[in-house]
Amino acid sequence: MLRYLSRRMIVMGLSLLAASALIFSVTELVPGDPASFMLGTGAQPETLAALRQQMGLDQPLPLRYAAWAGAILQGDFGTSFTYRTPVAGMILERLQVSLPLAVMALALAVAVALPVGLYAAARRGRAGDGLVMAATQLGIALPNFWFAMLLVLVFAVKLRWLPAGGFPGWSDPAAALGSLILPSLALALPQAAILARVLRSALVETQGQDYIRTARAKGLTTGQTLRRHALRNALIPVLTILGMQFSFLLAGAIIIENVFYLPGLGRMIFQAITQRDLIVVQSAVLVLVAAVIAVTFLVDLAYAAVDPRLRRA
Amino acid sequence: MIRLEDLSVAINGRPILRDVSLDLAPGNVTGLVGESGSGKSMTALAIMGLLPQGARASGRAMLDGQNLLEQPEAALCRIRGRRIGMIFQEPMTALNPLMTIGDQVAEVLRLHQGLDRRSALARARERLDRVGLPGSRFPLTLYPHELSGGQRQRVAIALAIALRPDLLVADEPTTALDVTTQARILDLLKGLVRDEGMALLLITHDLAVMAGMADRVAVMQSGRIVESGTTESVFRQRRHPYTQQLFAASRHVPARAPRPATVPLVQVTQAVRAYRTADGGLRALDGVSLTIGRGESVGLVGESGCGKSTLARVILGLDPLQGGGIRLDGREVTAQGHMPRDLRARMQVVFQDPFGSFDPRWRVDRLLAEPFHLTGRPGDWRDRVAAALTEVGLQPADARKFIHEFSGGQRQRLAIARALIIRPALIVLDEAVSALDVRVRAQVLDLLARLRADHGLSYLFISHDLSVVRGISDRIVVMQAGRIVEEGPPEALVGTPRHEHTKALVAAMPRIPEEWT
Repeated sequence: MLRYLSRRMIVMGLSLLAASALIFSVTELVPGDPASFMLGTGAQPETLAALRQQMGLDQPLPLRYAAWAGAILQGDFGTSFTYRTPVAGMILERLQVSLPLAVMALALAVAVALPVGLYAAARRGRAGDGLVMAATQLGIALPNFWFAMLLVLVFAVKLRWLPAGGFPGWSDPAAALGSLILPSLALALPQAAILARVLRSALVETQGQDYIRTARAKGLTTGQTLRRHALRNALIPVLTILGMQFSFLLAGAIIIENVFYLPGLGRMIFQAITQRDLIVVQSAVLVLVAAVIAVTFLVDLAYAAVDPRLRRA
Repeated sequence: MIRLEDLSVAINGRPILRDVSLDLAPGNVTGLVGESGSGKSMTALAIMGLLPQGARASGRAMLDGQNLLEQPEAALCRIRGRRIGMIFQEPMTALNPLMTIGDQVAEVLRLHQGLDRRSALARARERLDRVGLPGSRFPLTLYPHELSGGQRQRVAIALAIALRPDLLVADEPTTALDVTTQARILDLLKGLVRDEGMALLLITHDLAVMAGMADRVAVMQSGRIVESGTTESVFRQRRHPYTQQLFAASRHVPARAPRPATVPLVQVTQAVRAYRTADGGLRALDGVSLTIGRGESVGLVGESGCGKSTLARVILGLDPLQGGGIRLDGREVTAQGHMPRDLRARMQVVFQDPFGSFDPRWRVDRLLAEPFHLTGRPGDWRDRVAAALTEVGLQPADARKFIHEFSGGQRQRLAIARALIIRPALIVLDEAVSALDVRVRAQVLDLLARLRADHGLSYLFISHDLSVVRGISDRIVVMQAGRIVEEGPPEALVGTPRHEHTKALVAAMPRIPEEWT
């Protein structure tokens, strides 16, 4: 177990290092120097040079990378070119929206997908299964912004149960949570549909295994075999998908953030790109990559928790 | 007492079992023997109420005056595991890989007796002790992957007999095991029938296993029982032609040409194949030296894990050596991409599993022509494919078929045709007939003998089954723990084994008593 853990951790560290170097050099290679962008096209060459020097843009690439990475390790992500505020603060503020949103969406997706997947697998080939498969197909096909607009129409405009958009901040937790419910529902729907299908097919495959037959010969009902023996064995592919979905939800919610006027990470990155605020883009992408790597590590831990063959490897 | 009366099963209207009648008496072993597809397993599944979807059963399977075939599913769930236990052929996959062995045995007790986990585990401990897995070496917290095939089969037996059922159904329980492990598991089953007074329904295709185990035996063919009676009377009298064919096939020895003067073809000298494992190292081959003569057929036997397949892999140049060397035709065999193609083309291999060794999306002509990538595809390759098909007893027209259109025996013929097509000097046969029914096996062994005589082939014939190896080999080599412990001509080796391990292997060979034949 320790060996498995330490190997995973080394992989995690190396991935972070490689990713940070890649992110840094790619943004460096993009045409359009941030200094010239800040000063506009009519700037004097001397002013440009002075600003570049002030921003450290005249240093060689490896030095700039080392300085950047060193500062990040101390929590200093630099200052936004556009807003002249510390990037770390900006990202933190946005994460307060995006992280709870992603977690809520994923929790919803799992809460829906688990019973639906189990139900469909138990009725494989029968009407219930066909219905679920059709419904999940629809759930994947529906664009989530359309579903989001539908939710707004029903729950905000007609019923007036929940706000149609905006985020009041965490000073009022109930209002903050309330404003995240509709967006997380909109995000969760296609994810739940994908997850339910993956779980169903993993369960169906597991049900053909010899140990399921053994379990039936012990006197377990089909439902008991499904829950006690098949489910855990079917979890491995589900965990893989879950990890990928979380990573996607963290930054991929940009359309939903726009529909609901949420100050999330996705919108911030989009704005930073259009404004060529490279330092914000760089830092935000790095945070996202770090989150993906951390989630992958957690998924690896979950694999080991599920499968004893990995624990004792 | 469980009694089957005129049990018939049809799947989607197609009859699978017809009028099967059997008495399964307490303290008795009843054997069902026959080839694959004869309905043996279906009979067992019908008793368990675990028939596949679309199956309809008629007739009666009586237990305590109630017909099992008419019981609702909930009632059957209470009977399965409590009154009737079952074990299956494949111990490697029969247990849940994510559950400890203790919990898997305890689950039966908790399910049927409502025991709490602790007392169920205590009882599970007793049952595991009973099947020969003592607590000192086999704690309840072990997972299936930490056990060998034989040990896993013991766990499967423990959970099947946990509640002392009236009937234990054992479907080919030792087919996937070595002879020595097989002998121990069969002993255990016999002891359980004796001590616990349960009835045992033993399903096997192996007549010799049946001879040593069953009190009564029923021979099945195409879903019917064609002959039944006490084991001795069925074995002695063999009234039905099908019984006679099975007997003839299981004792079949292919005609063997006299051993030619041996010019060495393969020379293995002091071969060492070492692996690094979690707890140190493993020497799968620990200084193995072996010569295979041109035109010679060498049988290689030993228990699983003794290094048989590793030896085959290094000879084929699939695994590197850590010491010693291998020569073919005097040229060095090296692993991976370093071996010249013309040297690699001198050897071919046929594996055990005729289902997994072919790409299901390719047609037969493409499958058979694949080895030509070693030699360059000749212009007349289609003719050669046709000739190879004819040679192994198939039709040239089969070239356009896909692999799923063939039976297991036909697939093994195709595997042999594929090996033959570039005219190699050596064919390695790794458990190549182990998965085949006795009659098909006899035909394949004849085919191999004929091809060898026609083409002067050398064989390295690997098997855990000494009785098969004996019939086809000029010389038998016995391996144990990465070393060759004894070698010699088949008659001498089986008749008067010298090494302890060979003696154990020979003693464990199931036999039909001489006086019955």
